[in-house]
Amino acid sequence: MAAARIAAQHGADTLVLDEQPGPGGQIYRAIETPANRQRPELGKSYAQGFDLAQGLRESGARYVAQASVWQVSADRQVGYCVEGAAHLVSGRQIILAGGAQERPMPVPGWTLPGVMTAGAAQIMLKDSGLSIRDAVFVGTGPLLYLIVHQYLSAGIPVKAVIDLTPAGNYIRAIPHLPGALHAASRLFDGWRWQRQIARCRDTEYVRGVSDIRICGDTDVTAIEYLKGGKWGRIDCQNILLHQGVVPNLNMPVAAGCDTVWNDGQACWNIAVDDWFRSSVAGIYVAGDGAGIGGSIAAENQGAIAAIGALERLGRINPQTRERLVQPFRKTLRREMAARPFLETLFRPPENTRIPQDDSTIVCRCEEITAGDIRELVRMGHTRPNQIKSYSRCGMGPCQGRFCGLTLTEMLADLTKTPVAEVGYYRLRAPVKPLSLAELAGLDQTGEGPE
Amino acid sequence: MTSAPPSTAMMADAIVIGGGLHGCSTALHLARRGLSVRVLEKDHVGRHASGVNAGGVRRLGRDLAEVPLSVASAQMWHDIENLVDDDCGFVASSQIKLAASMDDLEQLGARAGQVRALGFEHEEIIDRQTLLDLLPAVSPDCVGGMIVRGDGSANPYRTVQAFRRKGENLGVVFHQESGVQKITRKGGIWQVQTGAGTFQAQNLVNCAGAWGGRVAAMLGDSAPVQARAPMLMITARMAPFIDCVVGAHGRPLSFKQFANGTVLIGGGYEGRAEADTNLTHLDYAGLAASAATATRFFPIMKTARVVRSWAGIEGFMPDNIPVIGPGRAAGVFHGFGFSAHGFQLGPIGGKILSDLVIDGQTDLPIDAFSIDRFRGP
Repeated sequence: MAAARIAAQHGADTLVLDEQPGPGGQIYRAIETPANRQRPELGKSYAQGFDLAQGLRESGARYVAQASVWQVSADRQVGYCVEGAAHLVSGRQIILAGGAQERPMPVPGWTLPGVMTAGAAQIMLKDSGLSIRDAVFVGTGPLLYLIVHQYLSAGIPVKAVIDLTPAGNYIRAIPHLPGALHAASRLFDGWRWQRQIARCRDTEYVRGVSDIRICGDTDVTAIEYLKGGKWGRIDCQNILLHQGVVPNLNMPVAAGCDTVWNDGQACWNIAVDDWFRSSVAGIYVAGDGAGIGGSIAAENQGAIAAIGALERLGRINPQTRERLVQPFRKTLRREMAARPFLETLFRPPENTRIPQDDSTIVCRCEEITAGDIRELVRMGHTRPNQIKSYSRCGMGPCQGRFCGLTLTEMLADLTKTPVAEVGYYRLRAPVKPLSLAELAGLDQTGEGPE
Repeated sequence: MTSAPPSTAMMADAIVIGGGLHGCSTALHLARRGLSVRVLEKDHVGRHASGVNAGGVRRLGRDLAEVPLSVASAQMWHDIENLVDDDCGFVASSQIKLAASMDDLEQLGARAGQVRALGFEHEEIIDRQTLLDLLPAVSPDCVGGMIVRGDGSANPYRTVQAFRRKGENLGVVFHQESGVQKITRKGGIWQVQTGAGTFQAQNLVNCAGAWGGRVAAMLGDSAPVQARAPMLMITARMAPFIDCVVGAHGRPLSFKQFANGTVLIGGGYEGRAEADTNLTHLDYAGLAASAATATRFFPIMKTARVVRSWAGIEGFMPDNIPVIGPGRAAGVFHGFGFSAHGFQLGPIGGKILSDLVIDGQTDLPIDAFSIDRFRGP
């Protein structure tokens, strides 16, 4: 929203392709729904998204909702589908703002019916006001506490919260605290949410948990957790997992953008420069899709990328570019200073990132287990693409979104190789499935839908 | 994994350049006959065309020069487990070529006649009713086709790995990420310099696929190999509706459904290959045309969801048949440029090259594949 508004305001012919039915992305999902603005449980920061959405609407950018982008190529052709018709359009400058996805959490039983991600629960809450009662929330990270806070504030009963934040993280995070002080009000929010969970009499808050396993044969029946050397058990039907967010890599990687391993965040980032230009000429990656920085950072990154693109398009000169970009850079710098603290504090434990148990599923589309991966490594297949070719791991409809990171970290761990050397899947279009009839009818005029 | 550390003098009876299917097969056949073999692979085994092709195991519609080789290879495919201790995912589900008009069908009939004249009976013409019985989902305007029963498909990556593993069990040493930089000859021994050390052998077999022309040039031969990138796409799982592998006369189509329900669509539309960087770029107009061909012959595919498309780098010769045979210099043999139909020939290709290395001859007719055909007047 931020990038498109600035680009259009400065006269660039701007097209926004949004997969969602309306502006807002994930953080400000359904922000234009009038009812959502009357819901205090969604929080103050959520309401800020309305200005951004309005800015986009009034900017003159052409906004196409429910546009499923299935490919972006290195020569800047963008393929997308709207209402069952596929179109190809080329852009001189392309800003990818594909955002984040939740980090996969491959613990025993994570694919059982009854297990969802906490983020999915939040989408239901924002989109349709639906909630899951008496669920057990499990994991770590600010979003986990925020969603529980939203649930409790809306009066939705939460059975338990199992906190997997390793105790050592609190100590390791202290040196990074000064950088985060400007964001004191948000840190305070986090503390307030946790306190709210602790004070809620009907919600069991279990902290200091070092391992978990989800029980059930066909559906979830319980979750077991290891605390202080002893296993505890909570019977439940619904479990909501969350251990942070990571960049949604598929579109930029399929476009050919280089990746770089971010050890602080324990995930791949897209390699970008100060203007959020990727390794592919004319393709920018801004926001959480390049590296996790949160919504305020994303907004400023989008603005910076757009200002850079405007200069490339000849819409503004380099002096104007420098003048325009200053305030955004300043906010971004301040915003990013808080990241090391958050990343250290909420770094998910290794045993919920790298499955320990051989029967735990790594690739849910093709049902490849951790044991299968270990066997393939013993056979000499030590890189993600070899594993993929051999076992179909990562070849299913999700195109590796739910297994890529797990596989990379597993291979690095098993072969004692740096993750950066292990690498990631080669990804290909379509990054979103499209039907053969849509593809066969591909409109190559560049004009797009009516 | 057998992977020897680099040392200064790594000697073998034979060095195979290229860890694709033909390279692995050649190494395996040489090792079966007692030779010590090293395979030098610039990336990893099965990285390119061998590992990512459509997996068609097809005698159907072969260039006439290839028919005897293909028939011999088919026999080996039917006994593949005995050769490599793995079934390679081979399913003899039949291959069919569709005729969309009576003209098409007549041409197919004439073609089957040519093959019969050579003494081979595998290509069989079928009428519309037989076709519809075999392929209930085919577009009803098809008038018949040509079938080869006993042809089918296999899993390409698994196949290459099975050949490699069996070779390793017989003592073949694979050196991956060991691209050839320079080749010289000293005292009748070939010296092959790679990033991982220098290797020595009396015999060199060039199975470098799309890069085969470059290796040939280092050995004093010349072959105009073109690196091209045939594209494939695959759909999400669908209920089973077809067993056979299907092509169409005169149109680029290759179509099959796997046991897991996914459908593979290929047939010749090409992207762009960059042989230097290993990159391939997809061409969306080509994929759209490929989608149109698939839905034209199988209307059931209109709603199928494409989940992935890709392209592999393959070496094409100007006349679309491979180079198989000895090179100009002593101890040099070539087997590359299979022009997007080398997968089925893998088992026999390695056998022929190993016979050439050891016996200096083969029982099969390979004159048409000589590298000399590209020598200037």
